[in-house]
Amino acid sequence: MARYIARRLLLAIPVLLGASFIVFALVYALPGDPIRALSGDRPLSPAVQAELRDRYNLDDPLVVQYGKYVGNLVQGDLGIDFRGRPVSDTIGQRLPVTTKLAATALVIEAVAGLAAGVLAGIRRNGYLDNLVLVSTTMLVAIPVLVIGFTVQYYVGVRLGWFPISGITAGWQSYVLPGFVLAAGSLAYVARLMRTSLVESMRNDYVRTARAKGLPERTVIGKHAVRNSLIPVVTFLGADFGTLMSGAIITEGIFNLPGLGGAVFTAVRQQEGALVVGITTFFVFVYIFFNLLVDVLYAALDPRIRYE
Amino acid sequence: MSSPTSGRGAERDDQDAAPQAGASSSTGVSTGSGSGAAVVAASGGAVDQAGLWGDVWRQLRRSPQFLFGATVVAVFVVMAAVPQLFTRTDPRACNLARSRQQPSSEAWFGYDVQGCDYYANVIYGARASISIGLLVVLGGLLIGLTLGAVAGYRGGWIDILIARVTDVFFGLPLILGAILVLQAFTSRGILLVSFALAILSWMVPMRLVRSSVVALRDSDYVLAARALGANDRRIVLRHVLPNSLAPVLVYSTISIGVVISAEAALSFLGIGLQLPAISWGLMIGNAQNFLRTSPFLLWFPGAFLTLTVLAFISLGDALRDALDPKLR
Repeated sequence: MARYIARRLLLAIPVLLGASFIVFALVYALPGDPIRALSGDRPLSPAVQAELRDRYNLDDPLVVQYGKYVGNLVQGDLGIDFRGRPVSDTIGQRLPVTTKLAATALVIEAVAGLAAGVLAGIRRNGYLDNLVLVSTTMLVAIPVLVIGFTVQYYVGVRLGWFPISGITAGWQSYVLPGFVLAAGSLAYVARLMRTSLVESMRNDYVRTARAKGLPERTVIGKHAVRNSLIPVVTFLGADFGTLMSGAIITEGIFNLPGLGGAVFTAVRQQEGALVVGITTFFVFVYIFFNLLVDVLYAALDPRIRYE
Repeated sequence: MSSPTSGRGAERDDQDAAPQAGASSSTGVSTGSGSGAAVVAASGGAVDQAGLWGDVWRQLRRSPQFLFGATVVAVFVVMAAVPQLFTRTDPRACNLARSRQQPSSEAWFGYDVQGCDYYANVIYGARASISIGLLVVLGGLLIGLTLGAVAGYRGGWIDILIARVTDVFFGLPLILGAILVLQAFTSRGILLVSFALAILSWMVPMRLVRSSVVALRDSDYVLAARALGANDRRIVLRHVLPNSLAPVLVYSTISIGVVISAEAALSFLGIGLQLPAISWGLMIGNAQNFLRTSPFLLWFPGAFLTLTVLAFISLGDALRDALDPKLR
């Protein structure tokens, strides 16, 4: 197991380097001069401009700039933005918001998705099954923009149940954006749980449990559902990474000061170091949670072994 | 299924009769028995192919999901191609005096902020969404099929290299990547937005094709084609790719819907299409400012967008059910 994890971590290095290089090159290709944009109406004196360009290595060719960046990166230094603030500070400040948002979404999709999936799976092709099928298809199809504004307007403005903007109201601020972010995955969790449950209901151990006279509740709750949770739990693990990096639109709609909002502003203001830093961080999160899921698989299902 | 087994049987008989015939026996069977066998082989191949797709078609015709999806997609494609069929009003004929007037019998969907007829705008908005959806998926397919076929067929270090590059692109979040690409351009049209999304959506087709190519590469009929002297190009294009298309087709149909909503999201962020382009994403983004007073500005483009995405997803779902023999 340890060897497997070590190998996967080694394989992650070229992926991280590749992704950060692509982002670096894209930022490099952005039109306009970030230093001139920095100063506004009164241009900086040429000496100051030259000093700044030198400090941020802006006159080096792309590959040299990138080399210097990676050199700092391996020492744990993500660089500083044009306002003189370390990128790691910005990530540290924004990360809790995005993490809370992703965690809220994860809880919502796990609870609602599992419940819907189990209800649908118990009676296959029944009324509830069809209801869940139709509603999950709708949930997948409604674009995040539409569902975001609809929820914001009806639940937030009309009903006034939850705040619709910012994070000043504590955990309640995260309920609506969490639901919007979770919507697509929620449908997927429900379907996955349903398929998995239908499959395990066919197993011999379910028949045995019924044959020895256990009540249906116990048969389903203790035997069938627990065994069909494995693919669902692993999907949820992998989805956490996707939720964190996929929150740009949701954070925009609900005005949350998270990483997605930060990276979007950074792109618009040509804050190269910030863009590369946050994007690389997203890629890292994605890789990390995928690895976690594969490890989790082996832990949950003793039949799976990595050598 | 029946032809490969019978072919193997014939080969075994051959080997029993003449053990040294070896690999050439399979060619011997088809060419040696003259034109009759060739006709049988040709018709057999054709019947087999018609069998799969004929079966799929028969299955699809009876699926309500498919009928719904196909009808809606057909309507939207016509709407994108000739919007004049649906409205005679010019979407850009605006009168500020009518700004944000409610829907009425004269203007079914009301008027937008500029006082333009909203129904005409929503109709004309189909073009951007449908063309971007189709262009992105076709572009992604082109890249994905090519790389997947090369990686799966060649194997070795090319395979490893392509796998790592795919990993890199998989790690980049779709919207963020598209923002980065699009930010480099000051004027952005349908082609550019499609390009930005296409270079970020080829990874799944690539992996699907690669795995089927790997599975098919050493199959009997590919061996037979090679023995007949077909070169790599012909084998991949004529024999391997057509047989690995089914899962990619399902994925691509569904992802047209995903791409269309991604385009809307980009336009909403102000980084996709730009005014005066007409796009549902732009309309939704604008409607946000008037959500409290004129929510109908959100409903109409939102409903059209949802319906389009839903139609493509239903189409893909129905196709998957029809192509999966396990569900029959």
